[in-house]
Amino acid sequence: MLTVDISERARETPPSGIRRYFELAEERDDIISLGVGEPDFSAPWAARQAAIDSLERGRTSYTANRGRRELRERISQHVERYDLAYDPEDEILVTTGVSEAVDLAMRALVDPGDTVAVAEPAYLSYPPTARLAGGDVLPVPTREADDFALTYGALDRAGAEDADVLVYCFPNNPTGAVLTDDDLRGVADFAREHDLTVLADEVYAALTYDGEHRSIATLPGMRDRTLVFNGFSKAYAMTGLRLGYVLGPAEVIDAMNRIHQYTMLSAPTTAQHAAIEALDSCDDAVADMVSQYDRRRRFVLSRFAEMGLDCFTARGAFYVFPEIPGGDDEAFAEDLIQEQGVAVVPGRVFGDSGAGHLRVTYATGMEELRESMDRIEAFLDGR
Amino acid sequence: MSASRAVLDVLLENARYDVEDIARQTDLDADDVEAAIADLESSGAVRGYKPVVDWNNVEEEYVRAEVELNVELDRETSYADIARRIARYPAVDSLKLVSGNYDFAVDVQGPSMQEVSQFVSEQIAPIPEVTQTVTHFVMETYKDSGIEFDDYDEDDRLSVSP
Repeated sequence: MLTVDISERARETPPSGIRRYFELAEERDDIISLGVGEPDFSAPWAARQAAIDSLERGRTSYTANRGRRELRERISQHVERYDLAYDPEDEILVTTGVSEAVDLAMRALVDPGDTVAVAEPAYLSYPPTARLAGGDVLPVPTREADDFALTYGALDRAGAEDADVLVYCFPNNPTGAVLTDDDLRGVADFAREHDLTVLADEVYAALTYDGEHRSIATLPGMRDRTLVFNGFSKAYAMTGLRLGYVLGPAEVIDAMNRIHQYTMLSAPTTAQHAAIEALDSCDDAVADMVSQYDRRRRFVLSRFAEMGLDCFTARGAFYVFPEIPGGDDEAFAEDLIQEQGVAVVPGRVFGDSGAGHLRVTYATGMEELRESMDRIEAFLDGR
Repeated sequence: MSASRAVLDVLLENARYDVEDIARQTDLDADDVEAAIADLESSGAVRGYKPVVDWNNVEEEYVRAEVELNVELDRETSYADIARRIARYPAVDSLKLVSGNYDFAVDVQGPSMQEVSQFVSEQIAPIPEVTQTVTHFVMETYKDSGIEFDDYDEDDRLSVSP
């Protein structure tokens, strides 16, 4: 008999909604997975070599809590491409992935009873981390009619005026949606009018097609109420190295760092060495990956259109979010795995507004992508 | 980006994609892809399509040598004249004029070391303008035409992740 008393907080934290689909996928050995949330590429070789070099030189100790100074300096230079200016001294914190940074932000900003508005469909970690910090979660549904963009209207309809914090991810996981300048202005207007702090997860910023990524922190009056999250996982294909960063006003970064110093101490040292090299020399490698993703995106959107599967034109990240016939995305995803061996994630997992859709990842080689499209087509024909 | 350039990018990744798949990847009509390919070929931008072969995995002997050639030009003979003469041999797989310690870099291929050596000594070396040849037999190929010949590309990602 277990004599350990699990905390109420842990008991109330539900298991991840994707677990069931993972288990189903594991049952087959001919699975083609379009259900992953990470690149199929490896990190650029120069970055991997820098990690190896750092190990050979014995660089295995802690770094400064905020991250190595030279990494923070390079991050500061790097984000200038998005017209963002942050001081490496006190406005940048290097974290163990964006996930840690989001958790720190929730803990640093949310008091019990505060409301965290979450733009949905959303990456899975926002609601649980908001609740772990004692916050109440207010879902802010986005609509296919708006190409799943977060808008002033969406915030208004959801009643977000009383929220304290707004968290979103654009380019979006799971929909692939991006925000237009108009959308951004609307969100910024709403945040200013109702005094919201914005947690802008921009980890997919480099994976923006048909246009340039723009950060909400560049809009008038927004820098002081925004935390910008980014990292190396998606753009540099470094998910397993666990490295992200957050940019924000010095007071907030300081508060987050105080929690970070006790819970994490510092982000992985080897990954920091890889990241310095990534920022120094890997722009071409990123551009190459982005152009490959873009081609696959067009390919998948074309195939879905030919199959008669409704799918809005996703312009970011490496996901498309087709609407499925019948509307039961969970049954559809289960049957698709079992009948055709193609793993996808049902949209409902990412919030109620994702119901009736599938998250389809195109971060997969073209051969497999083509085969999986054939299988999905056969699956649809058989229904 | 022009249609031809977009199509060329896809062909560079894999020249075996069919026209329909190239169209899907570039948002072009299949007819436009056909036209772009015809354009690339007729303009001489695309000179041919061949597989990248790891001969270690083909069950027959195959020998490759990289040959450095030095030549001496005279008033009547240009680099291009010499190149034309060398390039016509089927055993010459590639031929480039290069800067540095020698003039031409020649890739020669053949079924055996003996045949490749013979070819160099009997066909290339006697050319009047050729003053020196240095033959390097290829012992192992690790990467060719952008493709690595290793088996480290296994996908070890979780099958479903957030």
